[in-house]
Amino acid sequence: MNQNLIDLAYLAAAVFFILGLKGMTKPKTAVRGNLFGAIGMLIAVLVTLFAQGVVGYGVILTGVVIGSAIGVYIALNVKMEQMPEMVALLNGLGGAASFLVAGAEFWRASSAQGVDAIAATGLSGLIGAVTLSGSLIAFAKLAEFKFMKKVKPLPSQQVINACLALFILLLLFTLVARPAQFTYWFLVLSSFALGAFLTISIGGADMPVVIALLNSYSGLAAAATGFVLNNSVLIIAGSLVGASGLILTKVMCDAMNRSLPAVLFGTLGPTADGPSADEVYKSVKSTSADEVAMLLEVATRVVIVPGYGMAVAQAQHAVRDLTNLLKSKGIEVEFGIHPVAGRMPGHMNVLLAEADIPYDLLKEMDEINSTMEQTDVCLVIGANDTVNPDARTNPSSPIAGMPIINADKARTCIVIKRSLSPGFAGIPNPLFANQNSLMLFADGKQAVADIITALKEG
Amino acid sequence: MFQLLAETATQVPTQGTHPLVVGLAIFVLAVFVGFEIITKIPPTLHTPLMSGSNAISGVTLVGAVLASGAEQTDLATMLGLLAVIMATVNVVGGFLVTHRMLQKFRR
Repeated sequence: MNQNLIDLAYLAAAVFFILGLKGMTKPKTAVRGNLFGAIGMLIAVLVTLFAQGVVGYGVILTGVVIGSAIGVYIALNVKMEQMPEMVALLNGLGGAASFLVAGAEFWRASSAQGVDAIAATGLSGLIGAVTLSGSLIAFAKLAEFKFMKKVKPLPSQQVINACLALFILLLLFTLVARPAQFTYWFLVLSSFALGAFLTISIGGADMPVVIALLNSYSGLAAAATGFVLNNSVLIIAGSLVGASGLILTKVMCDAMNRSLPAVLFGTLGPTADGPSADEVYKSVKSTSADEVAMLLEVATRVVIVPGYGMAVAQAQHAVRDLTNLLKSKGIEVEFGIHPVAGRMPGHMNVLLAEADIPYDLLKEMDEINSTMEQTDVCLVIGANDTVNPDARTNPSSPIAGMPIINADKARTCIVIKRSLSPGFAGIPNPLFANQNSLMLFADGKQAVADIITALKEG
Repeated sequence: MFQLLAETATQVPTQGTHPLVVGLAIFVLAVFVGFEIITKIPPTLHTPLMSGSNAISGVTLVGAVLASGAEQTDLATMLGLLAVIMATVNVVGGFLVTHRMLQKFRR
């Protein structure tokens, strides 16, 4: 096939990728958008099969069949709660494929490659390997494998990481100056170690940032491989994904009021000797499902603020039933979704959508906050740090300045929680002891079910 | 380092643009397109966006096909085969799980 025709087909594929991402701007067009992306991929791959020099169709077919079988199996069996793990794993595979391709190309044509292609090979190896090992560690952390609890960062991990990073840069220059197979694979191995070290020291609360960042890396690795092969569709698709991941990383950082370096290098915000939990929780009032039902009965507007605790308790279906019951009584119900509720960007929305809660009830933080003062009852289920008013009022708090959902500004705030244990930030939450706050100590799913029963009886 | 730069410079064809420069132009423009589109995507769809864009980053499958399909049956082919498997899992799994997720947003 003529190289010009191939390049034109790649251009068509790139247009489909862009249209696909554009489709994602609205829930109604998102399914079509995703389909466009898949069509673009089909075009790119089919055209490549006719490219000059492709003769080993048996090998390709074997790979595609095995890969498709695995891909279909995990895509159909993964639970929505496990989406972060799934995305982490896919990021890693994408990164690995990229450095393998660069390595294969380097093996084949090391003497014929120009300096720019070799530099791109090195970058592809570096980014790809960091993506693979970082994603594997993120996957293990998210899946809560038991052995991950024993894996701790080494003492002076930061220094080790810095030395390793310098060493990798040195390898990169060596590779460009004196291209050698050994140097490339040693670079890949060192980068693999660096990716693992960097991710090991990142805390559980920062996982949404890490996944978004690794998403960006997997795109950049593909783009670097595009430079190795001088292939436009790889460069375009890779950079689109790189940009997408970077934006999501920034959204997540902003939502936690953390800077990217602070997340990557594990430095915490201002550590305050704030009041102890006992002091803060002196005036906590606890309540019962019956009392909550009575409060809801007379409300005209209810806002539900879900956190990851809701998903852990598998309470989303009970929450949907409660929502429908309240709406049937003519009560206005909306959800306030904090950007970092859940374990990856937009995770909470997926969990609620799976429980058939209409997405137009799900409001973003700013939108819900502007209506909080007109809200009769705010129901906080399994959320903690994202509703901590200390972020707004206490400048010495570790979470000072983090945008929160103003649950404390509703007329009554009901918090469903098993105990007064702290969230990821490890600090007490004055919301629980507020004048207009009531605590319902119970498992999320059970508590919501009890409220529904009480509402039906009352 | 200077030697390297000089080498790069000597590789530039006397006429026409060096492929690296064309590639860089494409890269920079695509990043801008990416930023423009992605900032318009609502937080509701951020998870499907990630899994979907993840599938797109599996475009490295194109490279894998080129690497594994070439004539030799040596290490390059083996690496290519491994890359084809991984990239296919990424592409097929990514698009399919995104589709599954987006179905739930249809209502």
